[in-house]
Amino acid sequence: MTASEKKQLQIAACKVRMGIIEGTHAAKAGHPGGSLSAADMFTYLYFKELNINPADPKNPNRDRFVLSKGHTAPGLYATLALRGFFPWEDLKTLRQIGSHLQGHPNMVLTPGVDMSTGSLGQGVSAACGMALAAKHLGNDCRVYTLLGDGEIEEGQVWEAMMFAHHYKLDNLTVIIDNNGLQIDGPIDKVMSPYPITDKLAAFGLHVIEIDGHDFEQMEKAMAEARATKGVPTGIVMHTIKGKDVSYMTNSVEWHGKAPNDAEYEQAMGELNALLAKLEAE
Amino acid sequence: MADVKKIATRESYGNALKMLGEAHDDVIVFDADLAGATKTGIFKKAFPGRHYDCGIAEGNMMAVAAGAAAMGLVPFASSFAMFAAGRAFEQVRNSIGYPHLNVKIGGTHGGISVGEDGASHQCCEDYALMRSIPGMVVMSPADDVEAKAMVFAAYEHQGPVYMRFGRSAVPVFHDPETFHFEIGKGEVITEGNDVAIIANGLLVAEAIEAAKALEEKGVHARVINMATVKPLDNDLVLQAARECGKIITAEEHNIIGGLGEAVCAVIAESGIPCKVKRVGVNDEFGHSGPAVPLLKQFGLSAEHLTEVALQF
Repeated sequence: MTASEKKQLQIAACKVRMGIIEGTHAAKAGHPGGSLSAADMFTYLYFKELNINPADPKNPNRDRFVLSKGHTAPGLYATLALRGFFPWEDLKTLRQIGSHLQGHPNMVLTPGVDMSTGSLGQGVSAACGMALAAKHLGNDCRVYTLLGDGEIEEGQVWEAMMFAHHYKLDNLTVIIDNNGLQIDGPIDKVMSPYPITDKLAAFGLHVIEIDGHDFEQMEKAMAEARATKGVPTGIVMHTIKGKDVSYMTNSVEWHGKAPNDAEYEQAMGELNALLAKLEAE
Repeated sequence: MADVKKIATRESYGNALKMLGEAHDDVIVFDADLAGATKTGIFKKAFPGRHYDCGIAEGNMMAVAAGAAAMGLVPFASSFAMFAAGRAFEQVRNSIGYPHLNVKIGGTHGGISVGEDGASHQCCEDYALMRSIPGMVVMSPADDVEAKAMVFAAYEHQGPVYMRFGRSAVPVFHDPETFHFEIGKGEVITEGNDVAIIANGLLVAEAIEAAKALEEKGVHARVINMATVKPLDNDLVLQAARECGKIITAEEHNIIGGLGEAVCAVIAESGIPCKVKRVGVNDEFGHSGPAVPLLKQFGLSAEHLTEVALQF
């Protein structure tokens, strides 16, 4: 990855974070914390990794992305808007009556959304079904799914892992956003899913651990996933919930709460300063 | 009916899947470690590369099927009714129903005629659960001929479909040469204006027998096979309400939430004066026993339907 490429991704991720704040502020609801922790991964996927075309969102040969942690839809929507699937202004309609931007992803309404999700633990299974179907059809697209670390407390996730390994879904990359927090508190206090990497390995996945805010590590991990044959790849990414908005950083409180007007101004101020800094460097 | 051929509709399901698989390459089948019992094993034998066992993980299976449908395949996901509609309800609701994905669900071993396995496996709630999902088609065939036609109709229909099949062998009374099946259309089997019996599943054969017994007593019963519970054939129900004034519904399901209530709702909202008696499982769990005596014990028999009609 060239320095300029990395810079472009960082700038895009900063804009995605702005979109998350725009959306949740306008909606007066939504989930900024986990959207911000995954913002860099959303950006990497849609600006670097996925074989997609915003002008042809239903192309059968496109790569698929399933947001299994569907509550972080504001992050996905901001990324899709920035990538050109729909106008940026739509973000301000998040969760409003008549908007195509539902509280959780809806594949019927929103261009670029590959699967309707929101009920935790189900998206990963749907991604398995897509990966299986791709193999069945001889379609060499890849399937990516992003889960929360709290989400993997759902038993269905492990049914899906068993399935992915059993059917040798090496076209599937399972990404876990390990930001360490869920609604009721730190994940190891609520219902510890640790050790996550050991569990994935025990289920037969090829496991890679990365810093979920480091694009170079993402690039390396994705290449490794593509090169891994016979087993699915699990990427456990260590992230910071609420990243790049000071008062949301590592805060359980901001899992599912919208910024008020003053908090919006502060967040946008911080992100604009970050953007200016990135663009000036 | 000793000379009448009897076939369990789950057997018909397996055979129909094989025929459907021969006709359409995009058909794949999922099962959850019950391929021998659901009879999807018949499809598996013919098309081993198109049958995917999901193991004992029905929730995962339903969402996997949703993903496969999103890729353009037409998956038939199969398990016992209890687990397909019951255990996996939320996956069916959120991953299949909400995005209106083209998944066909085959729930076998519906109702108490599961028999010896007992109440844990006797699903009498599947119509209620599946009816409550927007856009879901809910059906149950009365015999082998209808079951096979239903599987083909489900394939042609765009969107999610739930089909309930039975464990026990039931008489084959349709003529495969002339029978035509249409989703959402009921079938008048016997003409009569004294009372209508609207039934589905194995209760249709019982209703036909009841109609014969009633005829001997001078009561002309109209037997309607209502294989599609949703969308219900409202016109046929209302016609029966107008012309008969008395309707008995018969189903191997809790009287709450099934065919009987669906019929009642249509009649109540129409303003047509018509009394309804619901024959079904009276909001109780089943128990172990051979299917036929069990059905009789729960009043799911020609004898009981005859009695209800005579006392109506």
